[in-house]
Amino acid sequence: MTYELIIIGGGIQGVATAYELAKRRAGKILLLEKTILTGGSTGSCAAGIRAQFGSEFNVRLMARSLEIFEHMDEELGYTKEYLELWQGGYLVLAYSGKEFEGLKRNAEVQHRFGLDTAILSPEEVERDFPRVNIDGVVGATYHSRDGHADPFRVTFAYAEAARKLGVEIREWTPVSEILVQNGKVRGVKLQDGSEEYSDRVLVTAGAWSTALLKTAGIDLPLWGEKHEILITEPWERVLGPMVISFSRGFYIQQRPHGSFIMGLPPVNPEHWYEPEEFDFSSSMDFLMRMTKEATHVLPFLQGVNIVRQWAGLYEMTPDHHHAIGPVDEVEGLWVAAGGSGHGFMFGPAMAEQLSKWMSGNSMDIDLTPLAPGRFKKGALVVEPAVVG
Amino acid sequence: MNEENIIVCRCEDITLRELREAIKEGYDSWDKLKRYLRIGMGPCGGKTCRLLVLRELAMVKNAPISKLYVRKTVVRPPTRSVPFNALQKEASL
Repeated sequence: MTYELIIIGGGIQGVATAYELAKRRAGKILLLEKTILTGGSTGSCAAGIRAQFGSEFNVRLMARSLEIFEHMDEELGYTKEYLELWQGGYLVLAYSGKEFEGLKRNAEVQHRFGLDTAILSPEEVERDFPRVNIDGVVGATYHSRDGHADPFRVTFAYAEAARKLGVEIREWTPVSEILVQNGKVRGVKLQDGSEEYSDRVLVTAGAWSTALLKTAGIDLPLWGEKHEILITEPWERVLGPMVISFSRGFYIQQRPHGSFIMGLPPVNPEHWYEPEEFDFSSSMDFLMRMTKEATHVLPFLQGVNIVRQWAGLYEMTPDHHHAIGPVDEVEGLWVAAGGSGHGFMFGPAMAEQLSKWMSGNSMDIDLTPLAPGRFKKGALVVEPAVVG
Repeated sequence: MNEENIIVCRCEDITLRELREAIKEGYDSWDKLKRYLRIGMGPCGGKTCRLLVLRELAMVKNAPISKLYVRKTVVRPPTRSVPFNALQKEASL
């Protein structure tokens, strides 16, 4: 069949973009997912949402994303409880004077775009967040509208809303090849040998995007990097904010469900470009490092039971920003991937802006500097506030 | 028996009615139900609920359990809940 647009990848980016485009009456859209919706990086992520970034781009996009999350119940017709929206803030701890100065610079950027990030002394951290051990902490920043949303529920809500607007979603439908003819995209070939046609294809397949784009002759410097994570049994609410440190790498948050979800970056990150290389195993090394950090910064966790470990892929780019926009070499081929550990939280804003771009409207936040062509031109975008 | 009074998933308090409704809404595989209802993601790790859910799916789909799609078993350590303080000494070495 012929569609106006074929989207490859059923994570937050693909599903939310399908919805946003359908809302803008972009015609018949087909979304193809290799496994099930949220089957890739969206479904294994830590569910955090925050606007405490350092680059102008990220701050503006995440300020917008938080607004979308805050009104998602009305927009998609699901309650905040269902979406597990929780705004307990992110408490970003600094463990050196230099790190604290960096956080303050980030806060200045955040203030410029209307966020009321607070700068806290260790004493204020202790006063406001008595469960946090301030040993070694020289300062912190806190933004109260940061927090949590459930990646499964949010993606499912977008998918249901998209279906109602006529988007066709097919799970268990792997794409084996992007079809290109005379420099123009023509559609996709599915693993079962059949073909679907469209003169526009959008790849939102996270770390799997690189291999897909290769079938169209495109070389994108986007790789998968394994990050591990764990979750505990649920408790009554005892911790409001996500407690995070960029220098030590840890992030720990209590979900609305009650469980504590936490992660740490790998010591020696590997760069995987081919899906055959992807590894999702859990390690004892992570469990031990996580135990050490978690029980140090939040001593009450000592008595909490760990229920489950898992791993997922950060979809990384050389400058830790998305690759989003049209691909220069093939007309009609677009990509939106490379969230570099933040794909879920950026998803709503990225989808909204991208849908404006794709439907020929002007963007509120100009995404063109994030187009995938920047890597060849060397025009990288810098973000100082990242874990790992 | 009232399906509202039958608990399928003890960790997350999911009743048979909630399970049946989710299946009707289209969350019709073990992996989807897990993500939608959190069934199988509690401390039991699916030991209690997995077969009950698969049996229910088999009835709805009118197919034997062996024909249902279930993702290859993924081991999620520590498989049995363990408190942080049981690991703390080793973690600090």
